[in-house]
Amino acid sequence: MTAAERPTPEGGPGAAAPEAPLYVDLDAAIRETPVAEALAQLEDDLIGLRPVKERVREIAGLLLLGKVRERAGLQTERPTLHMSFTGRPGTGKTTVAMRMARILHLLGYVRKGHLVVATRDDLVGQYVGHTAPKTKEVVKRAMGGVLFIDEAYYLYRPENERDYGQEAIEMLLQVMENHREDLVVILAGYGDRMDTFFRSNPGFHSRIAHHLEFPDYSADELMTIAEGMVAQQQYRFDDGSRAAFREYIARRMRQPHFANARSMRNAIDRIKLRQASRLLASAGRVAVDELRRIDAADVRASRVFREE
Amino acid sequence: MRVTQGTFSFLPDLTDDEIRAQVQYCLDHDWPISIEWTDDPHPRNYYWEMWGNPMFDVKDAAAVMLELAACRRAHPEVYVRVSGYDRRLGRQTTAISFIVQRPAEEPGFRLVREEGADRQVRYSTIAYATDKPAGQRYAPRT
Ligand SMILES: Nc1ncnc2c1ncn2[C@@H]1O[C@H](COP(=O)(O)OP(=O)(O)OP(=O)(O)O)[C@@H](O)[C@H]1O
Ligand SMILES: [Mg+2]
Repeated sequence: MTAAERPTPEGGPGAAAPEAPLYVDLDAAIRETPVAEALAQLEDDLIGLRPVKERVREIAGLLLLGKVRERAGLQTERPTLHMSFTGRPGTGKTTVAMRMARILHLLGYVRKGHLVVATRDDLVGQYVGHTAPKTKEVVKRAMGGVLFIDEAYYLYRPENERDYGQEAIEMLLQVMENHREDLVVILAGYGDRMDTFFRSNPGFHSRIAHHLEFPDYSADELMTIAEGMVAQQQYRFDDGSRAAFREYIARRMRQPHFANARSMRNAIDRIKLRQASRLLASAGRVAVDELRRIDAADVRASRVFREE
Repeated sequence: MRVTQGTFSFLPDLTDDEIRAQVQYCLDHDWPISIEWTDDPHPRNYYWEMWGNPMFDVKDAAAVMLELAACRRAHPEVYVRVSGYDRRLGRQTTAISFIVQRPAEEPGFRLVREEGADRQVRYSTIAYATDKPAGQRYAPRT
């Protein structure tokens, strides 16, 4: 049943002319695209990140409604979707960018939906005439998908006025303007340095429609993230190691070079290492469950517990 | 004389939208695209000049169209073709190849008959264009 054939509610005027339907079925529009599923996965797989998830949802909603409008014969301009992701290390910027690429693809905004990650080294050359082809290669690779420029501020070196980074910046500005149909550019980095970068490169700022800020995780969120990682790798905390890991998080957060979820991943990698040597040292027969179980000692051997 | 060769030789020249669609078909089949050009239209001229490297890692036809536009700008008056290479074991060959630009004037070929002993005749074709040195064969578009 098309929208035009739907009975009009509350006995309103008869069915509309087929070329100008009066009603559209939003539920159907949502059901038709697998985007709801992708959004639900984003919700479930990633812990915390409330404001980020909301913005992704809003963007998806805008695009979905754009499609519905188009079908209803309303003129719909393609929105600009270049974005900036700011947040401290390990807050999930790259992970969300990957999901974003997929969601934009499901909504038909980008044709392919892959993510190309680039940093200064991929874009900026070593000598005159080297930068333009390098940047162009990366842009070409990203076409149909999302170009994610990590630590974008390294492109701009104000202290060196002959820096080739400027050339890459100018090319990117042009691409963001002239190839809006072909790719989405996401600039990522740490908040304060991105602010400085945008202030010195207003061209970027004005081309970016969405600024997403990635908050640091709370200790509870980090624990949930760690539990997820442990379970995913088919290990498990017992009560002792769980308590130890909570303590680990509290201590680690206060130390330098703390990188949120990535620090959790690294800590778990080292815990697995210690668990393996502990099991091998004891040798003999072990229960299969012992291969999964993380002991408090595996956690407490970390240097984090030694330093104060 | 309109030179034809390759996959769509029986069709009129493709529009840019049609080229883009064919290129996307290639990319979707994991056939990297190359762009080549030449001003020697002889059918046995296999070695066209490459425009850049084969594009191994692009996923979207827009990137190829960008290079094609650049090639046309640099060489507005020659033949340009696009080809897709299927590298799969067992195939490993050019899967598709078609002309995407041709000179405005194509003077065609002279047929030469060489008469040998016993009324034997050997034929060869010579492009009028190649009477001139490379680089001067086709008039710039006015
Ligand atoms: N909310 C989350 N839930 C579960 N895992 C997460 C979450 N956020 C990040 N991770 C995990 O943490 C690791 C680091 O995340 P990611 O690489 O996305 O961070 P980033 O912000 O890009 O860091 P950087 O700024 O250092 O590049 C990844 O292994 C990712 O799976
Ligand atoms: Mg990252």
